Amino acid sequence: MSEATGSASELHWRSATELADMLEAGEVSSVEIAEALIARVDAVDGDLHAFLRRTDERLLGDARASDERRAAGDARSPFDGVPTAHKDLFVTKGVPTTSGSRILEGWVPPYDGTLVARCAAAGLPLQGKLNMDEFAMGSSTENSGYGPSRNPWNTATVPGGSSGGSSALVAAGGTPWSWGTDTGGSVRQPASLCGLVGVKPTYGLVSRYGVVAFASSLDQPGPLTRTVEDAAAFLQIAGGHDPMDSTSIPRDVPNYLEGINGGVDGMRIGIVREFESAEGTQPGVRARVSEAYQRLEKLGADLIEVSLPSFEFGISAYYLVAPAECSSNLARYDAVRYGLRAEGVDVASMTSRTRDAGFGAEVKRRIMLGTYALSAGYYDAYYGKAQRVRTLTINDLKRVYADVDLIATPTSPSTAFEFGAKTADPLAMYLNDVFTVPVNLAGNAAISVPCGTSPDDGLPVGLQLIAKALDETTMFRAAYAFEQDFGWAGSPEGRPPL
Amino acid sequence: MSAVTEDLFETTCGLEVHVELATNSKMFCGCKVDFGGEPNTRTCPVCLGLPGSLPVANRTAVEYTMKIALALNCRIADYSLFHRKNYFYPDMPKNYQISQYDLPLGYAGHVEISGAWGTTTVGITRVHLEEDTGKSIHVGGSGRIHDSTHSLEDFNRAGTPLVEIVTEPDIGSPAEARAFVNELRLMLEGLGVSDVRMEEGSLRVDANISVRPMGETEYGTKVEVKNMNSVRSVGRALEHEERRQRVALAAGEQLVQETRHFDEKTGTTTSGRTKEGSSDYRYFPEPDLVPFEPATEWVEGIRAALPETPAQRRERFADDYGLGAADVDLLTATTATAEWFEGAARAYEGEAKKIANWIMADLYGLLNEAGIELAESKIGPAQLAGLVKLVDGKSISGKQAKVVLGEMFATGKDADVVAKEKDLEQISDSGALEAIVDEVIAANAEAADKVRAGNLGTIGFLVGQVMKKTRGQANPGLVNDLLRSKLT
Repeated sequence: MSEATGSASELHWRSATELADMLEAGEVSSVEIAEALIARVDAVDGDLHAFLRRTDERLLGDARASDERRAAGDARSPFDGVPTAHKDLFVTKGVPTTSGSRILEGWVPPYDGTLVARCAAAGLPLQGKLNMDEFAMGSSTENSGYGPSRNPWNTATVPGGSSGGSSALVAAGGTPWSWGTDTGGSVRQPASLCGLVGVKPTYGLVSRYGVVAFASSLDQPGPLTRTVEDAAAFLQIAGGHDPMDSTSIPRDVPNYLEGINGGVDGMRIGIVREFESAEGTQPGVRARVSEAYQRLEKLGADLIEVSLPSFEFGISAYYLVAPAECSSNLARYDAVRYGLRAEGVDVASMTSRTRDAGFGAEVKRRIMLGTYALSAGYYDAYYGKAQRVRTLTINDLKRVYADVDLIATPTSPSTAFEFGAKTADPLAMYLNDVFTVPVNLAGNAAISVPCGTSPDDGLPVGLQLIAKALDETTMFRAAYAFEQDFGWAGSPEGRPPL
Repeated sequence: MSAVTEDLFETTCGLEVHVELATNSKMFCGCKVDFGGEPNTRTCPVCLGLPGSLPVANRTAVEYTMKIALALNCRIADYSLFHRKNYFYPDMPKNYQISQYDLPLGYAGHVEISGAWGTTTVGITRVHLEEDTGKSIHVGGSGRIHDSTHSLEDFNRAGTPLVEIVTEPDIGSPAEARAFVNELRLMLEGLGVSDVRMEEGSLRVDANISVRPMGETEYGTKVEVKNMNSVRSVGRALEHEERRQRVALAAGEQLVQETRHFDEKTGTTTSGRTKEGSSDYRYFPEPDLVPFEPATEWVEGIRAALPETPAQRRERFADDYGLGAADVDLLTATTATAEWFEGAARAYEGEAKKIANWIMADLYGLLNEAGIELAESKIGPAQLAGLVKLVDGKSISGKQAKVVLGEMFATGKDADVVAKEKDLEQISDSGALEAIVDEVIAANAEAADKVRAGNLGTIGFLVGQVMKKTRGQANPGLVNDLLRSKLT
């Protein structure tokens, strides 16, 4: 466990693991933690706009109930009483859930998704629902139907996306941990831009039941935390087989914390030739990531140059598969059963007017792209070919993993960018996902860990470690070794100025 | 339309049949499958298509589909998966239907149907599994969508497992189409996989029909006929449509490829509004479900446990019971009828043909009068067997038995009980009859002499006299025997 230093004695800077230990030791109550977080959110959220909806009353009620359970010796888990907040696409019974879209404004779900239910079952009080790019489409939260969130490192810049409300809040000490979802980098990229740990688990490890769908074959919930240990613990709480999700892997999650401090000595880490020469990566990012590779080597890892030729097609394939699936997944927002309804003269005009009014520009763009890609006569050339690229990517990775245990890359080619910098050029925005997207296409696990700030702008840079499918254990071990040696997490320099 | 013109054309027809499966729960969620009920009471996040909900396939529905496919002599896919069929319609919660596309569970099957035209082998293109939609209720105006003020949606039916059976265009006449639907209904009923009630929509038939000049190799313009809510409507609708197309072609008119709706009242088809644009359903593999490979043991287990097909049953009825084709058809018209007959035949233990005769000659008359099905009648199979046994034992005459049957039909009482109550049991006691026979001989000396002289035709007159004296209760066979022994 990392030592708390300086102002980290403030409750809101404690990691979830530290808070759990303090609760266990009777040094703090869940209500005290909740109050500290409410105060912190009050102080920062005016600047950040991380929340779409705060559930302070419920938070305090949950916290009181948790304290009573602990007092009675009935704690539901070691983390009983440690609060959290969810990205607003996790369906939460009785709490409005919008997925960042105006089209779902006012919808109050009648059920809890699996992840929400598992967090509640572990005793985690709920702080509220967090901002995001509409339907998780975006890399900056600028596509939110409710206005963007801001990066606590520099509020003139984006917090990344689509889980940008989650990253902003965790980075600013508004919560120790939060759930996001990662379809093409939507957990790892905001983690990277906010100096956090972000995990994209193996596809099928965390249930998608109750996750408002963007692209079903790519979506995967993942935790955003300030420490690797917390990420592993959070995955432990929510992961594992769910019979409500047919794509859920039928096995339990192993204990990731066991042996997490095993180090990287002798571990073989692949450095991707194509990525290192990729144009568009900021020099500051390249510098920090290269230092991170050297640090891993210094810790005993063998760096091996590998080649992933199919990766250059990743973005193209992703931007066919994801829009195709989204064009179908978002068809249900038709004003018939729930959400926004614009009046029309008949059902067709009601539906099209509602969709026109309720969806933002990026969502419309992707629905159109996807509809086109699936159309008769184009299917083979677009969707069919993209699926073949996926197969190539999987095969490429399989080949590489014969020689390495992990692959290391930058998480994002750039640090946090200013608002509006990329909104006029969707392609530039899409290229932000170049290092993360192939992982979703293949279904592997990956983590982003902070590796310092860029000398160019002083903003955080993330190192991505990509593991084999279901080898989160190796991934966490390497990330933990790096984090501990680097010493950034939990230190004042690893904390934003806000 | 003259017979001459009819000879100039031939008809091509293929059917698309939708069968709602009678599983306990829906296709992709745990909601109960049922008919009717308060709107939107059998729904959940999954079948309402709420954000975040995911489908989980119903294994029993997959098994039922394989049963149907195997019964239709289909091959079962080694590898199958669900696709999404994308189109907007307010009764479809997700605005896509989870269906199957290029890899249906069953394919390349066939079924034989026969009738007055002969025998036709109808190819089965595919048997696939999908989910049903909800139902729109149009409010205001005539209740049709065009002049309604608004519509209500009931999602109770949404997500019910639905099997689609598509035939090859092997059907050459409305009569064959009717026979095919009948055969299919019988088969499905026997498999126990569906209620097969066309009026309630658990069996829905759409037809593609075209007509072309005899000898022409290209198919004619195809018309899709919908809204046929009974086997009879299938025949009526297609007869009308066939005639309409022939008349048009004979008049040199151009037919339009369209969907036409059958109107039960007028017996005609009317053009439906053409669909907006062409229907591009943008099929793609359903990413929320995983492909599946039915294990060989599973498939073979289902195949081994299949009940006999209607064709096999007909063959068995003919062979085992010595029944003629018409009797077989009637007695196998429904599974319930066939089972009823076999139950009676088993209880009777004698020549089953007799049971068949009683059912068809007498019981059916009563059923038709009462307007009910055999299975609904108060008489059970064993009771009919009891009645026939009474006749065999000469306890009652055949004529009396008809009266007894009528009473049994009305009350559900056993044959012997009715016979006793009505004092109908025949006098089969030769001692009691002998005295009456002697009396009749004495009273009709002239006739008796004729018989003694070898004029056996007169014996019937004497039998009649005995019957008259006993008010019909004497066993006529026995009377005959007694008269012969006394006079010859």
